[in-house]
Formats: sequence, structure tokens, C-alpha cells
Amino acid sequence: MQHGKYRFIVGFLVAPLALYAIFVIWPFVQAIYYSFTDWTGLSPDFKMVGFANYTRMLHDDIFWKSLQHSLLFALLLPLVTLGLALFFAFMLNVGGRRRKGAAITGVRGSGFYKIAYFFPQVLSIAIVSLLFQFAYNPNDGVINGTLKAIGLGSVQPDWLGDPNLALWCVMAVLLWSTVGFFVVLFSAGMASIPKDFYEAALLDGASRATTFFKITLPLLWDTVQSGWVYMGILALGAEAFAAVQIMTVGPGGPDYSTTVLPLYVYQSAFRDANAAYATTIGVALLIVTLLFAAIVMRVGRRERLEF
Amino acid sequence: MGSTSAENSNTEGVGRRDLIKRSAALGLISVPTMSFLSACASSDSGSGTKAKAGKKTTKNPLGVNETAPLAVVIFDGGFGTKYATDANAQYKTAYPKAKVNFHATQKIQSELQPKFNGGTPPDLIDNSGAQQMDMGVLVGKKQLTDLTPLLDAPSIDDPSKKVRDTLRPGIVEMGQFDGAPVWIMYYAYTVYGVWYSQTALDKLDATYPETWDAMLALCEKAKKKGMAGWTYAGKYPYYLPFSLYPFIAKIGGREVLDKIDNLEPNAWKDPAVKSAFEAYYELYKKGYILQGTPGIDHIQSQTAWAKGKALFIPNGSWVENESANVIPKDFNLAVSGPTGLDSSDKMPFGTIWASGGEPFIVPAKANNPEGGMEQLRIMLSEASSKNFTSQVKSLTAYNGGTDGITLTPGLKSGVAALEKAGTNVVNPRLQDWYVKLQKEQIGVAGLGEMMAGRLTPAEAIKKIQGYADAAAKDQSIKHYKHQ
Repeated sequence: MQHGKYRFIVGFLVAPLALYAIFVIWPFVQAIYYSFTDWTGLSPDFKMVGFANYTRMLHDDIFWKSLQHSLLFALLLPLVTLGLALFFAFMLNVGGRRRKGAAITGVRGSGFYKIAYFFPQVLSIAIVSLLFQFAYNPNDGVINGTLKAIGLGSVQPDWLGDPNLALWCVMAVLLWSTVGFFVVLFSAGMASIPKDFYEAALLDGASRATTFFKITLPLLWDTVQSGWVYMGILALGAEAFAAVQIMTVGPGGPDYSTTVLPLYVYQSAFRDANAAYATTIGVALLIVTLLFAAIVMRVGRRERLEF
Repeated sequence: MGSTSAENSNTEGVGRRDLIKRSAALGLISVPTMSFLSACASSDSGSGTKAKAGKKTTKNPLGVNETAPLAVVIFDGGFGTKYATDANAQYKTAYPKAKVNFHATQKIQSELQPKFNGGTPPDLIDNSGAQQMDMGVLVGKKQLTDLTPLLDAPSIDDPSKKVRDTLRPGIVEMGQFDGAPVWIMYYAYTVYGVWYSQTALDKLDATYPETWDAMLALCEKAKKKGMAGWTYAGKYPYYLPFSLYPFIAKIGGREVLDKIDNLEPNAWKDPAVKSAFEAYYELYKKGYILQGTPGIDHIQSQTAWAKGKALFIPNGSWVENESANVIPKDFNLAVSGPTGLDSSDKMPFGTIWASGGEPFIVPAKANNPEGGMEQLRIMLSEASSKNFTSQVKSLTAYNGGTDGITLTPGLKSGVAALEKAGTNVVNPRLQDWYVKLQKEQIGVAGLGEMMAGRLTPAEAIKKIQGYADAAAKDQSIKHYKHQ
């Protein structure tokens, strides 16, 4: 029966592997190749320049600033987002205590909350960024208006116009728009945890915190880890780019306080007509992303619990 | 133990294979730009067969091949595309055998970049909008056709005049980069300056201030009535130069701006720059800038200004069309050259920044470059120019063409300002020569920070000079000089 097994498998894999090679691997190879040229992106002629783009990148303050901000996004944002999402999901599914019938239930109105949390996920990040741009407006935006209404008229920050606040403002928007997705994801994960565990914990008189840390979190660990990687990608890549590009001063400002790697790639390629340098930064971004994934996988590895 | 729907066959957590798979997916998502860039990367083939030029006659001075198809790509922005389709229709009447392929888009660069790389660009492009292709690079890489034949061709309205003699001042120079060839034909003509409501000034019993002391006094008067003196597009502080650069020229003469454009060492340390920066900084220090301005974008600042929250805003003549829906009927929009410092200024009051907008280019590898130029010649006729002006409230490169059409208040004021300026029109080139330096470094990191009160004028000048020096040294940027 084993005869020809490999040929059989290979036969099936050829087409997808070829597609993968053409549309995924080959562009990477090309991009790395172009990072060693002086290609502008506007003309077919270019020549090899060796490591010139890389030396330039290493001496480029803006690159280091972008990298720093991107790393901050990738480390901090998942932590806060997943933490909040876990808390919400726990409260929605397990947190309730005082109702008759089911022993394990969410807080009152959890069905509604679930939808409310998920709602931002339906909007594209571009719309979300535009909405918050208006909310952050220092004159007639909602946030400063609220501050005024509750008697804090003297506290009227410039939000996106202030280099000390702008980056946090962008992060808050990403947090707002992504946390709902993870609430739903974790809710699904929690729903698959056997109820007997919770009932047993309940009988032993365990508190909510204990239940969470001893039962929910360990059993949800795989989901959390995937979520971490996913959130990291969002924070390193597309979402962070869109929010910074649409909302911030410049964009990327004020005074480079919100610039991130994908924005710098975009600006180098499409504003400065320096596609070769853009691919160089893209390669750096690729390395950062791979390192991030590897570290998360390594750190997060643990014995899987059987149940 | 209890049953669950979660699969539990994998006992090792995430394995190596999973990691590789996910890493690949990661890369795929995080570096889309790279794959896009590579996808459109150069294939050296395809230097398309050029259409043979036709015979030059008095009716066809550029020698257009009557049967050659014409491909036109127009930026579909604030000016719409009707003016261009109107001109296309005229081309069709003149050359009925030619097939005209008209295409309107907002994505100039992403649609045309692959065509440039592949050597098959269209015959005429309106290279405008947020996705404008870098003109310096296009010129440097020899991707454009020299438009001198067009400029030396007879004009449509008066065959005894050359096209170049019918254009507004500065248009031809703006299309040049190094030496004689003219690479770009700017079709619109933009007046930059300080925009205000004549009605609001009348209410304050004031006329437009000519010296900085008068400006400060007027701002103080407005402040007492609860009105700010100035606002600007805080998120895009590179709107500030629209009034700041001609202000510098007025104080120190146009050589100061030329030195800045030429990236000469210490160009920004000129005393005229210092005086201008200090004057603007005083607006901030005295609280004459609308509160929150550093955090708002151009639309928000224009809206606040139209609502009467601030008197003045530095802007270009497109503001009339762009803010048409928020400008009140009795606003009486007007523009002025910048207020001067005092009587020792080198240039007279009225000195203004005006220059071309909507850059049209004919690619070097176009199939039918003569057709592209002929289309431009048609657009530069008096009739087409009038058509444009009445449609979109903007002047064109054609000098005149405003008689007999009802001018809106802003346009009228713009024409008057140009008349007042006479030859005192300045044309700083930083924004088309060195985009990054102008927008991000001088604009956002320098002027924006200073006007938000986070840099003193001296610090801002030092910082900007540093950026300019770095740009002068950067070998990946092509450098230009005023002729």
C-alpha cells in the first residue's frame, strides 16, 4: 500500500507549492535583491550598489525612531489588548454568579456586550481612524468637549498635536478597534472549556481571580498565543500604518513622534521615489516580524494540559 | 474527564512546522509593499513602437500623426475631469481619424509606475494629487519629453504668437530643472498667500495690515472680540510657507529664497529668515493663534476660519473651491500678499507667491508624444482656459482668459493680487524639488514645532539648516539650482 505514496503526495502538492513559490517566495527574493540596487521605482534602469542602502539605514535616525515605535507597538499593544480582552471575555462567560439555573454564566447582559465589543471590528481601520481624528480635535472634538462638560475646561490637550501624547493616542485607537475581536475569540475558546472544572472550582469556593488564573488561562493558552502573534502582526504592519498615516501630523509627526516602519517604507517608495531604500527597510521589517514570531513562540511554549 | 470540542491531538503546542507556516504568513502580511514593488519591477522589454510623426503644416505645427491613437491620463481631483474631456473632444474634432483613450484616476503613481517601468507610458499625464510621481526622479532618469517644441509652436488663438508668449510669468521656468529643456507644463495657476474675509475685516474697521506692527495690533483687536488672529493646517504645517516664504522674500529679497532652494550652506541663517520666523513666533507667544491649531488638519482649520474663529489662514487659491460648502455667502473671500515687517523691506507690499499647479507631462517613451503636446496646445487656447476657469474657479497658465466670465470673490481677489504684484511674484521651488525636506523636515519637524511653541525661532532655524545640509549631501537625491 505504501508503494508510490510520496509520488502521490508530491503530485498533489506541486500546484500549491508552485503558486506559493511564485507569489510568496519569489517576491521576497526579488525584494531582497532590489535592496542592493539604486532602483527609484520610476524607471527601469538601476545598478547594484552593494550594501549602500543598508549602511544608510543604519545611520538613519528616522529608521531607528520608526523601529523603536514599531517595537513598542508590537510589545505593548498585544499585552494590553489581550489582557483587556481576557478580562472582558472572562466576565462575559464565567464572571456572573448570582443567577438561578446555570451555575456558570456571564454577567448580566453579556450577549449585548459581546455584540457591542465586536462592533468596532466591523468598521475598517480607515473609518475608525477618521472617526477618532474628529474625536481628538482639540477644539470641537468629543474628548475635549467631555473634559469641558465635566468641569475640566483647563485641561485641553492637543492630543495628536502633542509629541508626548500622539503615539499613545494612536495606540488607544488600535486598542479600541481590536479588543472586541479577541473578546469574541477568547469567548469561543472559553466555551470549549468543560463546565465540570468551573463547577468543581465553585464548590471549592474559589474566587473569580483564582478560577481565572488556575483554570481559564492555562486552558486557553494556545488561543492566547495565537492571538498574541496575530495582534503583533497588526501592530507591526497594516493597522498601525493606516492609523498613523490617516490620523497623525505630517503624517508620522509631530516631529517624528509617531512614525512606524511600514509608514517609512511607504514614504520612501511613494513619496521620495526611492524604492530600493524602501525594500531595504522592508527587509528590516521582515526580520523584525520573524524575530517577533520566533520569540513569542519560544517564550510561550509550555506543556499542553490534557483534559 | 469532560468532553470538549477543542481538538487535542496536538500534544506539543506549536511545532516547528507551524512556526514556519506562520512566519511565512506573517511576512506575507507585513511586507505587502515589497511584493507589490517587486511585482511591478522592471522588465527591460517593451520599448513600444513609436508612431511616425506626421507632416508639419500651419494647422498642425507639431506634426501630429493623424491616425496615431492618443492616450491621456488625468488626475481626478479637486478640479474634476470635465475640462480635460472637453479638450479631448476638441482634439477629436481636429484629428477625427485618431482614437483617443481617456482615463481618469486618483492613483497616478500606482497605476502609472508599472507602465513607466515597463516602458509603455501613455502620451499625456496630469501628474497631480497625493500620489504624484516624483518629478525630479522622472527628469533625472530621462523619462520625460522636452516640451520646447510645444512652447515654440504658434498659439491656437493667434498664429503670430508662440505658445510660450501667452503664458503667465514663471510657468516656463517651473517646468525646467537644469538648463533649457522644459519637462513639465503646469496647467493651473495657483496664488498662494494670506486668505481672509473682507467682511470680517470691515467689522473690525480694519484694512489688510501692511506692516507687522499693524498685523499685531489687528490681532489684538480681534482677540478682544474673542477671535483668533491666525489658524493654519496644524497637521500639515507645510501650508505655513505659502505666506512665510514670500514674507522672507519681501524682507530680504528673492535671493534669500533662491539660496534656500539651492541648498546653499547657511541659507537659513540669513537675517531675513530670522526676522520672519520671529514675527510668526510672536503670533504664537501673544496667543493670536487659534487654540488647538497644531492638532487639526487643513479641512478643520479652513472650517474654523470660515466660521469666523480666526481672521487669517495661509493657503492656496484652491481653498475657494475646497471650502465652498463652509464659506458663508457674505464672507467676501480675499487674498493678499504677506504682511511685511516694516519700511526697510527689500520688496514692496504685494509681493506674492504664485506658481503653476496641475503638472502635465509627456513621457519620453510615449507612443504619440506629438499628440500629447498638441492636446496641451489645445488646452492652452483662450477658449479652453476660460472653460477651465469658469468650471473650477482657478486660473490657468494662459495669461488672461478671465474676460467675460463672472469671477467668484476669491478668484477676483487673486487676479487683483497678481496685478498688484506685477513682477514681484516669487516662486520658491523646495516643494517640487525636495518634497521630503519641504513637507516633513522644514514643515512638520521645524515650522510645526515652532508654531506649537516647542522650538524657539533660533532652534527651528538651526534644525532646518541641519536638514537642508543633510539633503545637500545626500547623493540619492538629485540636486537642482535656480538658473
